[in-house]
Amino acid sequence: MTSMLRLVDVSKSFVLHNQGGIVLRVLDRLSLEVRAQECVALVGPSGIGKSTILRIAHGNYAPDSGRVIVAADGRATDIAAAPPRRILALRRDTLGHVSQFLRVIPRVPSIEVVAEAARDAGATPAEARARAEAMLARVGIPERLWPLSPTTFSGGEQQRINIARVFVVPYPVLLLDEPTASLDAENRRIVVGLVREARLRGAAILGIFHDPEAREAVATSEIDCTAVLRAA
Amino acid sequence: MTDLPLLTATSLSYAYGRRMACQDVDLEIWPGEVVAIVGESGSGKSTLLGCLSGRLRPDRGHVAYRDRDGAVLDVWAEPEARRRLLMRTDWGMVHQNPRDGLRLRVSAGGNVGERLMAVGARHYGDIRQAAQAWLERVEIDPARVDDLPLAFSGGMQQRLQIARVLVSNPRLVFMDEPTGGLDVSVQARLLDLIRGLSRDLGLSALVVTHDLAVARLLAHRIVVMRGGGIVEHGLTDRVLDDPHHPYTQLLVSSVLPA
Ligand SMILES: Nc1ncnc2c1ncn2[C@@H]1O[C@H](COP(=O)(O)OP(=O)(O)OP(=O)(O)O)[C@@H](O)[C@H]1O
Ligand SMILES: Nc1ncnc2c1ncn2[C@@H]1O[C@H](COP(=O)(O)OP(=O)(O)OP(=O)(O)O)[C@@H](O)[C@H]1O
Ligand SMILES: [Mg+2]
Ligand SMILES: [Mg+2]
Repeated sequence: MTSMLRLVDVSKSFVLHNQGGIVLRVLDRLSLEVRAQECVALVGPSGIGKSTILRIAHGNYAPDSGRVIVAADGRATDIAAAPPRRILALRRDTLGHVSQFLRVIPRVPSIEVVAEAARDAGATPAEARARAEAMLARVGIPERLWPLSPTTFSGGEQQRINIARVFVVPYPVLLLDEPTASLDAENRRIVVGLVREARLRGAAILGIFHDPEAREAVATSEIDCTAVLRAA
Repeated sequence: MTDLPLLTATSLSYAYGRRMACQDVDLEIWPGEVVAIVGESGSGKSTLLGCLSGRLRPDRGHVAYRDRDGAVLDVWAEPEARRRLLMRTDWGMVHQNPRDGLRLRVSAGGNVGERLMAVGARHYGDIRQAAQAWLERVEIDPARVDDLPLAFSGGMQQRLQIARVLVSNPRLVFMDEPTGGLDVSVQARLLDLIRGLSRDLGLSALVVTHDLAVARLLAHRIVVMRGGGIVEHGLTDRVLDDPHHPYTQLLVSSVLPA
């Protein structure tokens, strides 16, 4: 299977200038690869650097050195060196990222938050709306909430909006930071179903799954971060 | 998105007498891109906006603008009349103080209609209708179309100014604290409006804001200014979540999570 996401010799440290210049070395020449139809789970204790890896792959954190290669439409881009507008283009149609935060403009209805992602990826407004409706139904958001802004939703509802707006687009690469956190058993099952389907249609998935049951159900392999990250 | 910038500034410098307000600034804006400028008071944000938007002639440096035909103009080498035409048609400016951007003796409808007439609209009924539609889009009761700006609150004047600028479909808008003093709900509507215009019509915007939450939701890219220069710039969420420069770290850590 084709390599979709590749980190090569990626190092990352944080320099806390306003806290005495403390340096936190988090990643030291980390390399990993995720191929199409693979779901690689990052495991390891809190604070080891799992989210940092996902954020680097998303262009959210800038590595100190190394390459972050994303394959899209037969073209490879090094996220670590790409200009912002190239990263944004990849985020529209190639890189899906589920994080713990839902950041949206207040007052924008949930249905539009989800449909906008589909439109950004190239769907017509009508198509986008239909797909958004189907996805919101799939993650169990009742129809009466669709016209409302998610800013006042419960934690679990917000998390499902987050999930819906990523899974509404068939991204070739998915970065999932605890997608089942703050969900009940029934909703965890739904998310596990979405992740498996995405993998089977060919997505390359790099994820963090705290819930061992969910991880068992979706991961095709694991990377033990304690072994590969030499924390300083 | 094309792969050519809409506006390119090179080594811009500007001084008020002996006080350097803006020093050696390089900046590019692409079509459809929203760029936020953040930084402390007095760091040169308004001055930079002035140099870019044809209002303050820089002491050094160039501003290049790619017009609708793809021709590149050296903005400050063009004759004054050409620059004024650009400012009335292709560009729009939302001033930090709304009174600088409004004609105070002209009605709300007249303020909005004036920009439309500048781009060739002539039919009175159409202009009035477009003006009312825009008042509604910025959440001003269209029944107040004949009121003078001074009859409006500061926040309403700000929104009127925004309507006045956006009505003529500019390609590039410069906004100096456009959401300052607006309540959160109205602010959200404006953010949605500007984002929609950038996504659907390719509007580019350079927005000065002190509000990092606004910058995060609105801008594709952030430029951090301090002491007249750019200290850090990049993808919005990268600058806010992984700030590198000491000043950016201070800025990001001194506010509630954006
Ligand atoms: N933006 C940042 N600025 C400074 N330090 C950071 C930043 N992001 C992460 N770190 C530090 O990097 C280390 C790794 O953090 P990371 O969030 O990647 O851990 P994690 O493995 O995802 O932990 P958890 O399981 O608790 O989510 C931590 O020491 C953290 O404090
Ligand atoms: N008309 C003027 N005459 C003299 N000095 C000026 C003038 N306008 C601005 N300055 C000075 O130039 C510097 C930059 O000012 P500028 O208005 O560009 O800052 P700013 O970043 O927009 O600040 P703020 O966030 O307070 O609006 C400041 O030191 C200011 O005092
Ligand atoms: Mg984490
Ligand atoms: Mg200013």
